[in-house]
Amino acid sequence: MAESDNIVVETAEKIFADLADPQTINNDKNNSWQAPLWQALSEAGLPLSWVPDDLGGSGASLADGFALMNAAGRFAVAVPLAETMLAGWLLAQAKITSPEGEMTVVPASPKDRIALDADGALSGRARGVPFAKTAKHFAVLAHGKDGVSIALIDAAKARIEAGLNVGYDHSDTVTLDKVQPVAIKPAPKGFEQTHLMLMGGVARSLQIAGALESMLDISVRYSNERVAFEKKISKFQAVQHNLARLAGESAAALAAATSAADAIANARSFNDEIYLEAASAKVRCAEAAEKGGGIAHQVHGAIGFTMEHILHRYSLRALAWRDDFGSESYWAVELGKLVASRGADELWPLVASR
Amino acid sequence: MTAALRFDPIRLPEKCEQLRKEVRAFLAEEIAAGTFDPHKPNREDTDAPEFSRRVGAKGWLGMTWPKKYGGQERSFLERYVVTEEMRVANAPTRRFFVADRQSGPVLLKYAPEHIKMDILPRICRGEICFAIGMSEPNSGSDLFAAKTRATRTDGGYLINGTKIWTSSAHIADYMIAIFRTSPPTKENRRHGLTQFLVKMKQPGIKVNPIGQITGQYEFNEVVFTDHFIPDDHVLGEVDGAWKQATSELAYERSGPERFLETYYVLTELVRAVGPNPDTRSAEGIGRLVAQLHTMRRMSVSVAGMLEAGKEPVVEASIVKDIGTVWEQQLPHRVRDLAAFVEETATNRETLERQLDFAIKTAPKLTIQGGTTEVLRGIIARGLGLR
Repeated sequence: MAESDNIVVETAEKIFADLADPQTINNDKNNSWQAPLWQALSEAGLPLSWVPDDLGGSGASLADGFALMNAAGRFAVAVPLAETMLAGWLLAQAKITSPEGEMTVVPASPKDRIALDADGALSGRARGVPFAKTAKHFAVLAHGKDGVSIALIDAAKARIEAGLNVGYDHSDTVTLDKVQPVAIKPAPKGFEQTHLMLMGGVARSLQIAGALESMLDISVRYSNERVAFEKKISKFQAVQHNLARLAGESAAALAAATSAADAIANARSFNDEIYLEAASAKVRCAEAAEKGGGIAHQVHGAIGFTMEHILHRYSLRALAWRDDFGSESYWAVELGKLVASRGADELWPLVASR
Repeated sequence: MTAALRFDPIRLPEKCEQLRKEVRAFLAEEIAAGTFDPHKPNREDTDAPEFSRRVGAKGWLGMTWPKKYGGQERSFLERYVVTEEMRVANAPTRRFFVADRQSGPVLLKYAPEHIKMDILPRICRGEICFAIGMSEPNSGSDLFAAKTRATRTDGGYLINGTKIWTSSAHIADYMIAIFRTSPPTKENRRHGLTQFLVKMKQPGIKVNPIGQITGQYEFNEVVFTDHFIPDDHVLGEVDGAWKQATSELAYERSGPERFLETYYVLTELVRAVGPNPDTRSAEGIGRLVAQLHTMRRMSVSVAGMLEAGKEPVVEASIVKDIGTVWEQQLPHRVRDLAAFVEETATNRETLERQLDFAIKTAPKLTIQGGTTEVLRGIIARGLGLR
């Protein structure tokens, strides 16, 4: 997905360039950039891109929203933009109006479950919830005796054990103990927790792909500047081949993530083809985060290992994003089970389905 | 951004899906009739002239070419579907594959009209087989070191020298080859090579099969001794082959054949583990399928760019680099996963036989049609490193 494909992405990129320049925010020890950035994003209606006008959002298409997540990845944006978008999308599934301010989704792992009891209260524990510590509200997917419900809760009602992921962003444990929601409605028929995880996984895949694009960009630039053994390191064949592999990983991540986004944006339901697309994107992008990020660091040498350099903003976040909404191991197992259950002769028809 | 790599998500149009059904039905009939066994990629004779004619009769050769040359003026995406279905079925495509993918397009671009009218319709009918004469005993990846001479004579050229590793030369009717018409210049070492259309099975051409480590005889040494080629068989600019060689690479490098060559072992692994795999098998299969799906989407994306008239040379090189490394590793990963397959799996013997062959095939995959090293050099150039 190239820059400037649409007005949503154009708007976002202008805001990121003005208020989230990686070098500037990397030098800012007090995180004083975060509030102005969030305010600008909110004023542009971006966090609630996926919420229809009548539910308090700006009603952008799924495709535009996915492109926005990819752009956010290119800037390694460390505010809960993707999380608030996902939360707004989840709430909109049940026609619940989105509030203003930062949100996140609970649960954020396929293994965690939130229970809805007969009194309409929510209980359960969710680990690795991104930005729970700074979110004002949570969009919750809960299981009750009548099936799946979607709820909006006040973050202050939850117990939060703060944690940081490997990218130094909040990844917290959220415990709900008979929390009464602000709003709660049944999920649409057939809506499952898996669908939320697939959406979240595609969001993370797009962010990883964006981060890899930037890692490729800054690695190529650095190799054309840095001189060793009396020539630019970009002139060494070993370095060239490493960067060619990084380009391959970046390309694979971009292709997998944008393909999955395109599939979901044009799908009527979460069928096997969507499952293949979304699970594959998470698996392949996570692999690319490891391989591609590793090469970016190798090219940069010691300077890329410093807090002063911006590389870690991309490389560590890309690694951290692997863990959210199901790791690549989790999705590989699930995809493998799906393929096995369909049988050997149904593998190719699945792969060649679009 | 220094690197504006694009892999836009392409959705195959409805007409492609209709075509896919036709191709699958055709292949199922051929299999039922005993033309080939899809579970035996290592059959002795991969040349199937009658099958080739039937594919031609379907209109699936030269699909994208103008109708006046026997083509169908269909899209690259439709050709893509035919190619991938043939490949996945292990259909015997040897006789027509090179002509359809590569030689035909070169002739379309550079051959004189009467040659196009003569040869292209025969390719479309599946009647003739092409080889590509690039490598020589001392010139492989370094294409421009080629020494086989084309010396001016009355009405044409006399060819002397040796081509090597020439796939299908033993069955080919024609070869498109590069020969040296002038020495390289100081300023341009790529100068002096000319592309020719060679009619095989003629005096002055001797084809010597070379045994491969798979046990097959697919490639050959081709020795030219005063072989005469008429002037109208020159393709493009004399001494200027280097200008012509690169633009076709996107077609050659990004197709489904660049990641599906050992695909059959994955299908057979899925069959062997059955509907309820253990965690290890499930994860292994899931990763391989995710990687396969990603490569196919990249490859389809490049086909879409070709259809749109672009020349995505770097993107195509990336597809071949990642695709061939993957298909090379695939038999080894499948072997790892098959190690704990139940002794009672009904297809165990088939899988083992296929693995033997795929493991022996694997080393060539990152060499043929542009080595990994060459591809990474092209990608590096595209990134602005060279």
